Amino acid sequence: MNGLAPPSRVSKTSRFPAYPVADLAGISFKHEHLHAILGDDAKGGFFEVHAENYMGAGGPPHDALTKIRRDYPVSLHGVCMSIGGPRPLDKAHLGRFKALVDRYEPALVSEHLAWSTHDTTYYNDLLPLPYTPATVSRVADHIDEVQEVIGRPILLENPSTYVLFPESTMGETDFIRALVRRTDCGLLLDVNNVFVSATNHGYSALSYLADFPLDHVGEIHLAGHAEQEDDEGDLLLIDSHDGPVADAVWKLFDIVIGRCGPLPTLIEWDSDIPDWPVLKAEAAAAQAILDRHADSLFGKAHATG
Amino acid sequence: MPRDELQSGDPGRRSDYAAAFTAGLLDPDRAPPDAVSGPNGKAAVKRYAVYRNNVTVSLIDALAASFPATLRITGPDFFRAMARFHVRETPPTSPLLFEYGRDFADFIGRYEYARSMPWLADVARIERAWLDAYHAADAEPLASGALASIPAERLADTVLVPHPATRAIRSRYPAVTIFAANRSDGPVGRIEANGPEDALVTRPGLEVFVRHLPPGGAVFLDRLMAGEPLGAAAAAAFAERAEFDLSANIAGMLQAGAFIAAHQEE
Repeated sequence: MNGLAPPSRVSKTSRFPAYPVADLAGISFKHEHLHAILGDDAKGGFFEVHAENYMGAGGPPHDALTKIRRDYPVSLHGVCMSIGGPRPLDKAHLGRFKALVDRYEPALVSEHLAWSTHDTTYYNDLLPLPYTPATVSRVADHIDEVQEVIGRPILLENPSTYVLFPESTMGETDFIRALVRRTDCGLLLDVNNVFVSATNHGYSALSYLADFPLDHVGEIHLAGHAEQEDDEGDLLLIDSHDGPVADAVWKLFDIVIGRCGPLPTLIEWDSDIPDWPVLKAEAAAAQAILDRHADSLFGKAHATG
Repeated sequence: MPRDELQSGDPGRRSDYAAAFTAGLLDPDRAPPDAVSGPNGKAAVKRYAVYRNNVTVSLIDALAASFPATLRITGPDFFRAMARFHVRETPPTSPLLFEYGRDFADFIGRYEYARSMPWLADVARIERAWLDAYHAADAEPLASGALASIPAERLADTVLVPHPATRAIRSRYPAVTIFAANRSDGPVGRIEANGPEDALVTRPGLEVFVRHLPPGGAVFLDRLMAGEPLGAAAAAAFAERAEFDLSANIAGMLQAGAFIAAHQEE
């Protein structure tokens, strides 16, 4: 009678092409770029969407994502599952997340090591947690639950933080490694977050990366940050996603890809959003670094093979 | 899932970090929680303020994105001050930001600095209905001529099923005209309308439409949306407005795509 019926769950046939995403640079999809993207003859790369923006019943968001998904691989990035929170996961929200995974068959699925809901209030920010054996256990339970419901592993993103919890007994990389061991989840390495947190907490981004379980990384995020000051007048970086990727972050990215080989890499730009060609150029810069390392890997294989 | 709850023996302590962290997130007068600090004993006042700022500013931004005509009418400084009060009083309860702002129009209605704009709350109501229509389920509207095949004597018993995007908003002010003038990017001239205006909001395809409802149209649509048959809904509309024009209302609503099906009352 109408278009309300969900797609048939009897058939296992894919609704969309299974585009590969490995080695590609991508861009966070913004609705205002839809026409520019659909009119762009040079198809390539992938798009990442914030899952929550597509949790309405219908309308232009689903129409846009369907059109994008027909031509490109899509990464589904959850922002507010509150995996890092002490409360049980919101079952209704998890159900909506699963419905998107089923409907759009994303190449990548990710969420954050953070939380955003407490009691009945949704705070719309990625809030930090203490790193202890007890929180490892709780967060691992949450990751297990998500992975069980959606039927596939997720990539967990390292946070950018501005405070620490004196009660923490583990470093962030040890905490993340423990989660990977317990849940077999993959990791989304946000290189800008590494740089922001390292600056804010006075450690070396390179030593963080040396200690990070790089073998489990399935996606990279790159973004711009802003500068403020802390109470002592020292530099405090804000994960603002409102500008180009900083030179220091490009350098760290180059080092990571040199170690890991090419990985799907996303340019995140979520406010003060520029025109489509600016974003495309930023993704092309990431793609050039990925391609350079792909060539050198290929060269090495030849040399030793 | 409750494995560590059983093992830790102190479930209250585990949830301390979220309770402690959120206590001051919407209250700029509170000190940062004792549970957090900067590195090497550094202070956390400005550091915690980053989270507080992220929360408040992002939620004000969300309201600004959902209520662009209201924002244009008031100007950004007025809007953001008003939205800040609302965010602190009524933060969202859903992680879906397009669901936020259901109480915003009522808040505007009692916001003392908005008293000189008594129609502002109704403009916000239309904007909230617009956003609901935007995200509503997709459905094929009933064709304009669909009622022509129903014998005249059966029309009174006919029940119309509303499109999931259809909403009726009533206003004692020219809210539809004010909404339309401020929702676009074009210049806003002097608004001459001064009578009450009711709105029909729906989305037959991908584009949301907001139309004037003629006299009695809002009560007629409300009754139809509540599942009453055409005859009863028309009687209610005539009772409220003697000039209610049944055929013009039906034709206008069908043309707008407000319904998806028609059937006889059981």
